[in-house]
Amino acid sequence: MPRPERLPGVSTPSTHSTSRARTRTRARTAGGPPSAAKPPFERVVTEHGPMVLRVVRAVVGPHDAEDAWSETFVAALRAYPELPAGANVEAWLVTIAHRKALDVVRGAARRALPVGELPDRPGRDGRPEDWDPDLWRALAELPPRQRQAVAYHYLAGLPYAEIAALTGGSTDAARRAGADGIRTLRRTYLKEER
Amino acid sequence: MSDVFAGLPADDPDTMARLRTRLAARAGHEDLLDVAYRTLDTPAGTLLLAATGLGLVRIAYAVQDHDAALQQLADLVSPRVLHAPGRLDEAARQIDAYFARRRTGFDLPLDRRLSKGFRRDVLTRLLDIPYGGTSSYAQVAAAAGRPRAFRAAGTACATNPLPLVVPCHRVVRSDGAAGSYAGGEPAKHLLLDLESAAAGPAG
Repeated sequence: MPRPERLPGVSTPSTHSTSRARTRTRARTAGGPPSAAKPPFERVVTEHGPMVLRVVRAVVGPHDAEDAWSETFVAALRAYPELPAGANVEAWLVTIAHRKALDVVRGAARRALPVGELPDRPGRDGRPEDWDPDLWRALAELPPRQRQAVAYHYLAGLPYAEIAALTGGSTDAARRAGADGIRTLRRTYLKEER
Repeated sequence: MSDVFAGLPADDPDTMARLRTRLAARAGHEDLLDVAYRTLDTPAGTLLLAATGLGLVRIAYAVQDHDAALQQLADLVSPRVLHAPGRLDEAARQIDAYFARRRTGFDLPLDRRLSKGFRRDVLTRLLDIPYGGTSSYAQVAAAAGRPRAFRAAGTACATNPLPLVVPCHRVVRSDGAAGSYAGGEPAKHLLLDLESAAAGPAG
């Protein structure tokens, strides 16, 4: 039943942390079976969990972000043994997060949760919902393509070619969506005039 | 660009802690928790405890490098390794009781897949050495059926994946010296002293 999680075109690593992970993987290969040389999943959560949380918060908003994060990491854990060693882990996680965010938003729409009735999460001071209502509103008002392009490019560091593979359309279209999105955010949220 | 997302923290430790707990629980329910681990502070230092669905698979002392032990589990068992203390509750409880001298043996399911061949035969024999007792490397080699393989018996003890619970600390040199130990010689002395104080006639 679980869909196989695929890479958006296994590509050259785009960030420093990925190349670090590759070096470490290579260094640890000695002695173990090469196909299995992969860090424990716990380290994937430590290294990339905060980035994914930030991305899903930007894409689905504060209310659904934690469900999207959980679904992303359960799916990633399921697929992790099949991930090729040396693959770009950030891009892989963002691919899964992209799909899970869509699922979570669809599910929330079906349940038709009344706006404003956010479930209480005890034991936490300062819910994300209360952090900066203007930022959430500005993000929510962006067209989905622009919101995705901005989050995946500026928060996850994905190149536009990979974003295009994820959201459909051309690389140029993804780049335009990212540029338009960030310009709109600056205008509506930071109130910058151009 | 960072100014736009200044309101979206790059690090949110409280939320991450809660999400990680939730992930470990989900992984357990969905049969994705191939290796669960936790650490436990003891008089012999911080121990890493790891278990598969079959039982306790690895104990590592701090001097053995917990990161290296976790990487070995990822390589040899499964990369689905998560910090999930729940599965190790009973093991932690029994080890605490051992160090408090409220327990002289362990009643825990063991997953012994990390030891093979003669080394495994040797380690199996160690389970017969009673609390407070000791045995020499030669005696252990003989018990495992290869009296002359005392060096190999030493290697088996040095590479014991489950020290403490599989009591390689009870194997000492023929001249009476404690000898080396996976957890370091001070840890071996600590365990031998603890057991002899509890088991000895003077109490």
